[in-house]
This record gives sequence, C-alpha cells and structure tokens, in this order.
Amino acid sequence: MALCLWGLLFDDKGAYAPAIPWLTGSSDVTEKSGADILVDALLAQGVEVVFGYPGGAVLPIYDALYNHPKIRHILVRHEQAATHAAEGYARSTGKAGVVLVTSGPGATNAVTGITDALMDSIPMIVITGQVPTALIGTDAFQEADTVGITRHCSKHNYLVKSPDQLTDIVAEAFHIATKGRPGPVVIDIPKNVQVATAATDAPRAAVNRRYQPAHEADFAVITQAVEMMAAAKAPVFYTGGGIINSGPQASVDLRELVALTNAPITSTLMGLGAYPATGPNWLGMLGMHGTYEANYAMNQADLIICLGARFDDRVTGRLDAFAPNAKIIHVDIDRSSINKIVRADLPVVADVGPAIKQLIQVWKSRKIKTPELAEWWARIKGWRAVDCLSYPAGKGSEIMPQLAVQRLYEMTKHRKTIITTEVGQHQMWAAQHFGFDEPNRWLTSGGLGTMGYGLPAAIGAQLGDPDALVIDIAGEASIQMNIQELGTAHQYRTPVKVFVLNNEYMGMVRQWQELTYESRYAHSYSESLPDFVALAEAYQWKGIRIEDVADLDAGIQAMIDHDGPVFVDCRVAQLANCLPMIPSGAAHTEMLLHTGEVSGTMDDEAKALV
Amino acid sequence: MHIKEELAERHVLAITVDNESGTLARIAGMFTARGYNIDSLTVADVSEDHAVSRITIVTNGPPHVIDQIKAQLDRLIPVHKVVDLTEEGAHVERELALVKVAGKGDARIEAMRLAEVFRAKVVDTTTGSFIFELTGTPDKIDGFIALMREVGLVEVGRTGIVGMIRGAKA
Repeated sequence: MALCLWGLLFDDKGAYAPAIPWLTGSSDVTEKSGADILVDALLAQGVEVVFGYPGGAVLPIYDALYNHPKIRHILVRHEQAATHAAEGYARSTGKAGVVLVTSGPGATNAVTGITDALMDSIPMIVITGQVPTALIGTDAFQEADTVGITRHCSKHNYLVKSPDQLTDIVAEAFHIATKGRPGPVVIDIPKNVQVATAATDAPRAAVNRRYQPAHEADFAVITQAVEMMAAAKAPVFYTGGGIINSGPQASVDLRELVALTNAPITSTLMGLGAYPATGPNWLGMLGMHGTYEANYAMNQADLIICLGARFDDRVTGRLDAFAPNAKIIHVDIDRSSINKIVRADLPVVADVGPAIKQLIQVWKSRKIKTPELAEWWARIKGWRAVDCLSYPAGKGSEIMPQLAVQRLYEMTKHRKTIITTEVGQHQMWAAQHFGFDEPNRWLTSGGLGTMGYGLPAAIGAQLGDPDALVIDIAGEASIQMNIQELGTAHQYRTPVKVFVLNNEYMGMVRQWQELTYESRYAHSYSESLPDFVALAEAYQWKGIRIEDVADLDAGIQAMIDHDGPVFVDCRVAQLANCLPMIPSGAAHTEMLLHTGEVSGTMDDEAKALV
Repeated sequence: MHIKEELAERHVLAITVDNESGTLARIAGMFTARGYNIDSLTVADVSEDHAVSRITIVTNGPPHVIDQIKAQLDRLIPVHKVVDLTEEGAHVERELALVKVAGKGDARIEAMRLAEVFRAKVVDTTTGSFIFELTGTPDKIDGFIALMREVGLVEVGRTGIVGMIRGAKA
C-alpha cells in the first residue's frame, strides 16, 4: 500500500524508543538495525529474489534493500500477485519464495496467496510490516492483526518483538517453510523493530530443534508395503504433489519404481509431471475431471499405493463408493493426511522421496520379478478404448478449446515449457490435454482454486528460470483478477505468454449451472470484456487475436517466436464443456462422458456438495 | 435434506506446548476452524524456566475425528507432545469448583451437611451464604451442584479438568 503522510508522523523512531528497553541498549559491540539483520538473514538463506510492494510500515526494510547487490526486488502491482509470483518461483525452482509487503492492507491482500500456498504445500516466506509495538492494538493507521489473521492460513507465523530475535526467527522460518510438508510462514515485523539495533553477534538460541519432520520410513513397514505390492493382482499408483515437493530425484525414482512393479499410475492435479505423460504406464489424471481409465482403475484396483497425495474430495468422488475392493498404502510426510478422509491399511509417515528409494531397495533385494499383470492391463486397455478425452469437432472455423491446448502442447513439447493456469475449465483442459513429462513444469492453484494465480505465477517462474518458455493458459474471466501484473512483466522484461481460451463465460460456473440449475446462467456470462489485444498493447505487450481454427498454429507460432511478453486472445467455442466429469457426490464409475447424459438438475444432497 | 450427526465419544488430551504468545490461540483456533469441539480446557505453565505449558482439553467426537484432532494438534509447530489419556487407559481426572450458595435456616444447614458429605471446604461465609471449594471428578462436581440447586445455588465456577496417567510413566 502506498505510503500515507500520516505514516511519517507515526513512524518517528525516537518517539517509541524510551518505552522499550532494548532500544536503548549499549553500543559496545557492532550493532545493526533490525532491517539490516533481516537482510543478512535472508542472504544467509540464499535468497536472490523478493516479490513485494512498499508501504509505510516496511520502509526501513526497503531502505536496507536499496540498490542491494545480491537481492533482487520485483515490484508487483498488487500484494496478492506478490504471493502468487513467489509460489510460481518456488514451484518451478524448488526454493522458498519470498514476499515483502507492508502492514494492514498489504498483509490482508497477501492472505489469499498465503492460503493458496498452505493448501498446495508451497514453501514461502512472507515478511509483513507492522505498526510500531507501542501502537499495536490501538487501531493505528494501516494496522491489522496480521498474526491473528494468518494464524490458520500459514504453516506458522511470528510477531517479532525485538531485533535480536530476527536471525533465529528467519532461520527457523525457512526451516519450517521448506522441511516436512512445505508451506507458508509469515514473519510480522513492527516498524520500530526494523529500526532498532541489536548486536549482530547475539547468542543464538537452539533453533530448529522443535520441528523435526519425518524423513525415512521404518524398513519393517516398507517391507510390508513391498509384500503387498508384489502380491497385488490389480495395483495402481496414485501420486500427488508430495513427489514434486520431495525434489526432482523423487520423480526419477518414481519412474524406476513404476517400471519395476509394472503397475499403472495416475496422479492428482498437483502431481502432474512426476511420471511422464508419455510413459507407458500412465493413465492420465484422476478425479472429477480425470480420465475414464484412471478412475476405473482406482475403482477396480485391489491395491492403491498413494504416494504424497491426500484423498481430496476432487479425487475420491463419493466416499462410500471409493475403491471398494482396494487395500490402501498411504505414504505421506504429514501424519494428519493419513486416515483423514480414507482409512489406510498401511500408513507410512515419511518423506515420499526417500520412501520410494526404500521401496525400490527392498523390491530389488528380494529379487521380485516384475509382474506382467496381463489381466489387469487388458482391462485397462478396454477402459482406454473409451477414448474419454475425445471431443466433438468445432463447427466451421470454430476453435475447440481442447484443440487449442493440444496444439499448444505439440508446438512447445520439444523445448523446456512451464505452464501456469488460472482456475476453471481452461485449467482442467490444460491438465487433460497438455502432456507433462517433467516435474516443476506445471504450476496451478489446486487446493484453493484461486482465480488470478496464473499470470503472477508465470512471472515468478520466469524469474526463476529465465530461459524457459512460460505460458499462462488462462480464461478470460480469471485473467482479469490479476491483470494489472501485465505491468510487472513489462517492467522486468519477463517474456511470459498469456494464452486466453476466451469463451466469454466463467465456463466452469456455466457448466455447473447447465448440470444442476437447468442452464439458468446466473451471472456467469463475461459481459463488457475489454479488447484484450488493445489492453496488452497498452501495457507494451504484443497482442494477438486468434478467431479462426485455420489461424491457430500460426498464432501460437507467432506467440512463441516473439522475444517478449505476448497476450493471445484465442476465441474458442462458447459452450464447450469440460468432460469427462464425475458430478459432485457421484462415484468414480458414474462419470459423465458426453453432455447428452446431462439431465440439467440434481437432488439436494448433490446440490449441497462443492 | 437433513444434516446427519455421528455418535461422539469423550476424550481427554494432555498437550505439552511451548509457552509462547499465540500458542493457545493456535490450538483453540484449530478446533474452531476444523469444526471440533472443546468441552473444557485448562492451561498453565509447568516448567521451572516457564518455557513449557501443559494444556488439558476435553473434547468429543467420533473415533476418526478424535484421531484427526490428535494429528492436527501434532502438526502445530509449538506442540511437543499429545497424549490421549482416554486411550492410554487408567488415569486420574480432577477438577476444582467454587460453588456459592445463599439461604437461611434449614436450607443453610442442609447445604453445610451436604458439603461435609462431599468433603467440600468452606472458603468464604456470611450469615446468608457460603462459598464451597470442591475438587474431584467432573461427575462428583456435577452431583454436588445438582444438590446445591435445591438449597439455594447462586453461582458456579469450574476450572475444567486436569488429567494424568496412573503409574510411574509420564
């Protein structure tokens, strides 16, 4: 938030110093300001990029970052975008993303992104300014109870009361954010704590002792898991974002484990890319908009090996009909994910990466032959033959959104491409039709489902990997939620691409209204859309409009070839639905494959589900 | 459509936590956020250096929810240890109550006599009132309060229980 003149009046450090003993400490040893101590602590953690927005309560930190030789500050246009950019940076690089915002509205604007990072287990450090300690609780200008507001949407949070705590708090915050199940950690720093000084060689408390997450699994449990896997006639791997979070080696090992066991593999939205979409055992994504073969395999399996996924309601469908015949092995680093939704027959609390290594080790040491699972694969072949991702051809020159995603994939698959998305139909089409062969290339808001995620996340990912081709596959409604970030992309010369599947509807809302409310499209039509090409050009972007299927490839090629940010307004079929779909409250076997199966209404039990 | 409810069971949880600001809010807020119940909650610092507090929470829910409550408590950073006393088996539960009774004549005498039966202590008295102090299991205190209602109950204050496993181990 912009600085207000009142802030200047309140922020006089001298006014508060006498009330607080540590502000008047001796100066025998070298002392540094809280802001400088913070910057040193960030450097010690290897921070290279900070996404932020200045304001009254963080001015001392901004001054400490002024012309900083090692830490690059990226000025966003809205604090929510700072958090999503940090998420994009974190998800694509594996490092923690760092956000710096001011007190009050700066912090509250960041709340959506903090919650998003919590739901999708993204390592993130959010530093918020706070009013000086003497003003806390007085409803001061730009005061908000940031630790109170973020307590339940962060993995942990701190209110720093003295500059000599900063070194330890920052170290512990990074440890908590990145270890175990990653998540966002908020550090709220009152302005006088940023200004006050402390000895830089302050004695350190024993930090990081209190948070020691699980690492390897017990070998006895792993052995039991291997025995179950070797005995299974119809096993399936169900993998999630935990594999991505465990680091690239986990994806390498997963491929080996799948090859050893010959079991089919499906993944959640968050786990796409851990096993290649071009791999022989790949079933596609599972769940509400997953493939027929993935959902049927889950339903008919006799063993589900869940690796770093959490049985989200979007995955399980109706719980009492979920995988009726399957034993379940559940590997998760977060004990609370196990038995939360679905009871595990064999719970394994461990980091999924090392656990996969252990599974391989035991499987090999027992010299278990890779099973053929011929009967199981024959059944899967039958389900695959349904060709559930097929879609009707567009009429005339109409562009089907699925085709646009497929062409985007075909034309970019030979290079390092990172895809971000917004939330809605386009997101599901991207997940279904874009093939991800590597981890950390697919950045999407899964748990929270935050519209407006894609553009800032793309900017963050591009800053983390300047050579990658970064494309935000977007919808015309979602993109408007953080469209101001077109300015950020231009300022920092990040050559990100925005590819909007423009159907002039909040498509997923419209689709649900078609299914549940007899096509009464209450407020889901995107009225008064801007001229996206003109808008992009106003922000110094290149704008391209594609309206005819004959121009699709040329438009995509022009987007790829332009060395700078490009906004593509791709006009697609307006009423296309995202299928297959398991309606809310339905079982895996009750998938809708065609719009023709839709009755247009549902009972109250189904209507009450999200 | 009607909303269904599951059968709940009562559990006593003893939680060891870092004694730092916000810990209680973190725990109480987690219960609210996830729709769990708190029947009673006690907290006090228990270590010599004031670094550690012990919280006793009485909660109720179906078994799978109780299991989740423990797992969710465990993942809070300041939480060191969660012990389910109900699951551990034999344990002691004690609660303290202050019970104010007002009345004259027979009612006053009856209150005094009942207090003796329950081994309640008189900690304040006027010619028209008593405050009794009583410790015991929640059942015993419930029983005492029910009787006091008949002889002029004015006010009740209860601490909620603290609990501990029987035997040598912690």
